[in-house]
Amino acid sequence: MNINENIKTLIIKKPLKLDCGKTINNFPLAYETYGSLNKNKDNAILVFHALTGDQFVTGINPVTKKDGWWSYAVGPNKSIDTNKYFIICANVIGGCMGSYGPSHNNPDTNKIYGTDFPVITINDMVNAQVNLLDHFEIKKLFSVVGGSMGGMQVLQFISNYPDKASTVVPIACTSSHSAQNIAFNELGRQAIASDHNWSDGKYLSNNTLPDKGLSVARMAAHITYLSKKGLQEKFGRKLQERDALKFGFDADFQIESYLRYQGSVFVDRFDANSYLYITRAMDYFDLVKQFDGNLSNAFKKTKAKFFVISFTSDWLYPTQENKDIVIALNAIGADVGFVEIKSDKGHDSFLLDVPDFLKTLKNFLDKSYSER
Amino acid sequence: MKTEYKIIVDLIEEKTRVLDVGCDDGTLMESLKKNKNVDARGIEISKDKVQTCVSKGLTVIEGNAELDLKQFPNDSFDYVVLGQTLQAFVNPEIVIKELLRVGKKAIITIPNFGHWKVRLNLLIKGTMPITESLPNDWYNTPNIHMCTIKDFVKFSKIINFKIFKSLALTNKNISNINNSNLFYKNLFAELGIFLIEK
Repeated sequence: MNINENIKTLIIKKPLKLDCGKTINNFPLAYETYGSLNKNKDNAILVFHALTGDQFVTGINPVTKKDGWWSYAVGPNKSIDTNKYFIICANVIGGCMGSYGPSHNNPDTNKIYGTDFPVITINDMVNAQVNLLDHFEIKKLFSVVGGSMGGMQVLQFISNYPDKASTVVPIACTSSHSAQNIAFNELGRQAIASDHNWSDGKYLSNNTLPDKGLSVARMAAHITYLSKKGLQEKFGRKLQERDALKFGFDADFQIESYLRYQGSVFVDRFDANSYLYITRAMDYFDLVKQFDGNLSNAFKKTKAKFFVISFTSDWLYPTQENKDIVIALNAIGADVGFVEIKSDKGHDSFLLDVPDFLKTLKNFLDKSYSER
Repeated sequence: MKTEYKIIVDLIEEKTRVLDVGCDDGTLMESLKKNKNVDARGIEISKDKVQTCVSKGLTVIEGNAELDLKQFPNDSFDYVVLGQTLQAFVNPEIVIKELLRVGKKAIITIPNFGHWKVRLNLLIKGTMPITESLPNDWYNTPNIHMCTIKDFVKFSKIINFKIFKSLALTNKNISNINNSNLFYKNLFAELGIFLIEK
């Protein structure tokens, strides 16, 4: 990974006890901020990224030189308005954009961790990120916002720190990773592990990269982020730069070529071991079980205002799983709004130009901010 | 604001918790918040209207009253409001029971099918009545369980709930309904407004 000087890092000195039992300390947490913190320090929003995201939410990502992953939603006058709010986003621990992860050195052996890095959880991720509040001397965030795995972090955050956010926006997520989600993640992990170059996770020491495996993992996952209708409309059976089938195994169809491209660009920016660690953290996420089968108890201590958003064509984190969160909140009389946005763009809808979604998110945040 | 909403706002006490079932664009909720300092929540089936409510800063969930009232605990609201939609439900009995489980009181308004224009329409034309408050044809109306003010009063005895207050709306005039004037109110009121309890 090309870690460069554009990455801001906070060294967390306070020991963090991980769910796996191990304790880490003096570890780096890479983060980025947008907009400026006001005098009262009450305009901060902590954005949590999804599986393959990073701290570079908007603008040009200085490492990949591409648009930030949430450029549609975050920026001046956008849904999460950088003219108004101070936005903080951290790379999750286990990740590969500067935060402590499997590509870092193990201080005990002075070798790259690889799969010796401790298994981390969504809970560990948010417990690491809460240190950013102390760093910026923020007592209470105006909002915590995130989609997909970012949404899971949102739920875990408000459950762990009920007084540390006024509004809570989980998007296209779940309170408990389903068997189908675990299955897709396992497919990705097995694709990586079956690449000879993975070398049991020691590829960085061996100077080889499991690009093939990681790219297949990405291709499979990418399909789950789209909808059948969206794929059909965009690609159908269109052929790739040819007039007829070639009777071979080249990418005859545009969809094949598209997926191969998605796989190939992904390996340039993502670490295979990080992919294993982060998907594992998602699979282990079960807030319902953490509260002995009663999700409502996860939110009992908070007075925050919730707004849950799902998408009609998202089959990875379907509306019902999002609604389960709403039901748990209503059961304890919490302040919760909910809307299912109509979109053909599948799970990825929250990352894309979906005007109804962007407008609704903006309305909720701006209205809540003016009434705070 | 519609007279109907003004009456509802008057019926509701200050600083209470109110659930507006089928809250439309949130006009009533806004007025309740402003005039009665009420903690208002809404359920609305239309995505567009939910988004309108969100833009007004209202707490609304997208959902269907027949399915989504279940998630609220007993007595979680002081009032539950159901405006002109009882007739659209598959099972009005279950809906009323749910309203009175979730709320200590419920306010239900019904378009009166006993209104003379409706009766005349059917009598003379011999077709399903189409009026200002009932603008749809029989085949595309959401109203599958129309009733009259008299029917509703009868229903209270059949499924056993108390009508605490009953008001008739006629040409923007509000009047009380009682046993002695029920015949006339059922003939002349466009809308019945009922405050009910278990």
